[in-house]
Amino acid sequence: MATLTLLQAINDGLRTAMKDDPTVLVFGEDVGKKGGVFLATENLQRDFGANRCFDTPLSEDGIIGTAIGMAMNGLKPVAEIQFQDFIFPGFDQIVSEAAKLRYRSGGQYTAPLVIRTPFGGGIRGGLYHSQSGEAYFCHTPGLKVVVPSTPHDAKGLLLASIADPDPVIFLEPKALYRSVKGEVPEGSYTVELSTLREARPGKQVTVFCYGAMVPVTLKAAEEAAATGVDARVVDLRTLLPLDEDGVLEHARSTGRVVVVHEAPRFCGFGAEISALIAEHCIEYMEAPVVRVTGFDTPFPNTLEHHYLPDHRRVLDAIERVAHF
Amino acid sequence: MTTTEPLRVIQADGGVNGYDPGLSEPELVHCYRTMLLVRAFDAICLKLQRAGRIGFSIPNEGIEATQVGAASALRKSDWIFPSYRDFGMALYHGVPPLEMMHNMFGDARDGAKGRQMPVHFSFAEPIRFVSISSPIGTHIPQAVGAAHAARLREEDTVVLASFGEGGTSSLGFHSGLNFAGVWKAPVVFLCQNNGWAISCPAEEQTASDGFAIKAEAYGMPGVVVDGNDLLAVRKVTLAAVERARAGDGPTLIESKTFRMGGHSTSDDPKRYVPAEQVELWKKRDPIPRFEKFLEASGLIDAAKTAALRKEVEEEVAVAARAAEQVGPPGLETIFSDVYATIPAHLRKQGEELFDLGRRRGDAHAGDGKFPL
Repeated sequence: MATLTLLQAINDGLRTAMKDDPTVLVFGEDVGKKGGVFLATENLQRDFGANRCFDTPLSEDGIIGTAIGMAMNGLKPVAEIQFQDFIFPGFDQIVSEAAKLRYRSGGQYTAPLVIRTPFGGGIRGGLYHSQSGEAYFCHTPGLKVVVPSTPHDAKGLLLASIADPDPVIFLEPKALYRSVKGEVPEGSYTVELSTLREARPGKQVTVFCYGAMVPVTLKAAEEAAATGVDARVVDLRTLLPLDEDGVLEHARSTGRVVVVHEAPRFCGFGAEISALIAEHCIEYMEAPVVRVTGFDTPFPNTLEHHYLPDHRRVLDAIERVAHF
Repeated sequence: MTTTEPLRVIQADGGVNGYDPGLSEPELVHCYRTMLLVRAFDAICLKLQRAGRIGFSIPNEGIEATQVGAASALRKSDWIFPSYRDFGMALYHGVPPLEMMHNMFGDARDGAKGRQMPVHFSFAEPIRFVSISSPIGTHIPQAVGAAHAARLREEDTVVLASFGEGGTSSLGFHSGLNFAGVWKAPVVFLCQNNGWAISCPAEEQTASDGFAIKAEAYGMPGVVVDGNDLLAVRKVTLAAVERARAGDGPTLIESKTFRMGGHSTSDDPKRYVPAEQVELWKKRDPIPRFEKFLEASGLIDAAKTAALRKEVEEEVAVAARAAEQVGPPGLETIFSDVYATIPAHLRKQGEELFDLGRRRGDAHAGDGKFPL
């Protein structure tokens, strides 16, 4: 098994899919010769040709709209949106079209495409290169929303997303692109969508998180252990459809829950986890569910390290919940 | 590369100056019958809507020749990405009126399982008439994607994307035509300039000299055609389709026509369309015009015309009666087709709804009146 960064694992995943399935196409802005601004698609054009990996005009609406048409007509497009912050011209195509096509045509037409896009902060990208827009997509029936946090999962979830018959928004935590490394099997394998991953066992508090918040939370859990609090870390991996039963099982077993995400708090994904627990297993809870999130402000540049939840904030929440 | 004067084929006396449309006699009569069928379907839907038996309809009167002329240029293996005022294209290719009526009533046999408003048809056979969506212009880049896919798969499929002149103001129009130009995609863009986008006249959509001229900026030919002349529409569409099939790229067609009715049954065009404009276009009705050509060619006479009219009126009446008997789709269709497989959370939500019905009775349907 090779040790790869998360970015290399994604490149490996794309490469594996293109090798195994001639209908898989990779396209977007600068993904061809340059290999993408983060190099996620490096050398794919060289190795598979310009019919399989190509640059498009600079239009997210065009990229996603044409991807839908290609998916309808038998191809498997994996479109890259350079930054999730720039996806909004294509939002109509995602929400009104890709997500609803199967439903509104009674299954006559479908759009099995994958939209890969780097999201989240931590690269000093300011307002427009740092946002976490997962809640917009999670509020849209018909979409699947996937967020890896390890190289192994990045490749396995990407291959599962490409094989999936429904449209998938694949959010890549860009802060982890080069900062995490891990063992990645060669060739094809999948990590099943809508399954959770227990990233760290623990008995007293369950911390739900995803994407770039997973290593932050793991660090906080280590620190909590030093103060005698045994925290479990659960990587949600697929936000929609969520493994609700899995979430509730973890919540019941510790009776204490923290949710961590970078996105703003109000109507954020943490609200859904919190509401699920309140509706279905409040009788098991020993403490209120606490959310550690970005603030309800636009994403700042210079002070981003204050905006982003860090191990101090997560530790604070773990201790509050543990000692409630 | 771009034309500004509308191409015409059928002359005032029904003559065509030797133009050969390349259609057999039965095919020409089929074109005529399809236009009659569109008008009959419209007429009965208007009655059904006014009687409160369906909620909504979209009239097509005046634009039948554009729909049928364009559709006649396509093969069954081609794709249509329609606007909501294009169902004559599906009828031409053999979708039965009954299939459409199931959609008008949103009944259990509707291909879209009653999930969409009336007139938002979706057919996969006998031609791909892609599910209509209400947002304007979103289907244009999709058509380009489907066309590009055909090319990558080395199939000679051509895709027709149809929209109104109002649609040229949308994001999808720009990105669609731009991508198609860059990729030389085998797609034909049919802009039906019917004069009005709901209540806004065509000249409020653009400062360009018409709509075909926009093609130049995207690196493709732009052609203007008399949209009420079925053979002229067929001629320009056929040329564009052949060009696309040969790998020479896309074409933008501006079909100049007129929407004789309102935008929909929820709209009263008398509030904004000048009466003299309606009078003028009444004289340009595409059906008598094509009739004249068929008469001049000896293909129909008054008796045949009357018989065809009666036939299509009966066909749509029978279809309406049959669809009205079917009843609504099952409750489970709320939850199916969101995903290929129903996920756990939707199963649970379905069970909650079914359980509520068992305990507290069913929900009451609204009165079906579209609130506009």
